[in-house]
Amino acid sequence: MSSRRSRSMQSGSSRITEDQITDLVSKLQRLIPEFRNRRSDKVSASKVLQETCNYIRSLQREVGDLSERLSELLGSLETDSDQASIIRSLLM
Amino acid sequence: MDSNNFFHDLHADTSLESSRKKRRKIEAESHSSETEIKWKSESAQRIYAVKLVEALQRTSSQNAPPAPSEAAGGRVVRDVADRVLAMAAKGRTRWSRAILASRLRLTMLRRHRKVKKASGSASRPRKPLPTAAEDRKNRLPAVGNRVKILSRLVPGCKGIPVTNLLEEAGDYIAALQMQVRAMTALTEIISVSQGDRLGSSSSSQA
Repeated sequence: MSSRRSRSMQSGSSRITEDQITDLVSKLQRLIPEFRNRRSDKVSASKVLQETCNYIRSLQREVGDLSERLSELLGSLETDSDQASIIRSLLM
Repeated sequence: MDSNNFFHDLHADTSLESSRKKRRKIEAESHSSETEIKWKSESAQRIYAVKLVEALQRTSSQNAPPAPSEAAGGRVVRDVADRVLAMAAKGRTRWSRAILASRLRLTMLRRHRKVKKASGSASRPRKPLPTAAEDRKNRLPAVGNRVKILSRLVPGCKGIPVTNLLEEAGDYIAALQMQVRAMTALTEIISVSQGDRLGSSSSSQA
């Protein structure tokens, strides 16, 4: 399969084949929770891309909310260094 | 065979680039499966959480006298969390390098504003035009639009070829998922331990 790709890549401008793009799109699909159960041929590339964007945005938003929450919690933590070592040992 | 191409065709861009792309593709294929595992593993999550706590402690000890206000505190935590996440990628992905570079760029800008701007525009590579295969798919305005939006969401991925963008997006999503898991667990641990502390310090309030 890679030899076919390389031969088509040598000619002209199409270095990237549709197969590669479809491949990566289906890989993205597997990461997104909404699509994990559906088969790849039923979902269009456009839909996958749209859901990817939405998912990234929601993940970033979640990280922002968690950061806010953590900064509140850590504000009260600063004064107690014993707490911090306890947390570290809990994480290990 | 690849090394022959490399030395004999130094001036023939197409063969050098195609051998480079071939090498990158082979690396990427074995790479992407292991990078997904890398972000999914529990040990990676634990290591991230520990490094995050250490970095946060360092930051709070630096800012101790003028403590950051409640509103800015979240942003500080966010910046630290993103930086630690980017470092966990070990420079293998564009998005992680962009996160670390943008921080550096901000500190540089503050010192050498004009010099930085001049050199920045000269060194930026030309934006590649869409290939024929991309063009066929992108002809649907929906896809082209979504690709553009996606490129703006993933750090450092404006104007790179679609295949690279999709690879970066996949890795970025896996990393973000780990970041959320780690920070959620951390939040739980801290709030639970604080609850214990408060509970034990007050005599009988249950």
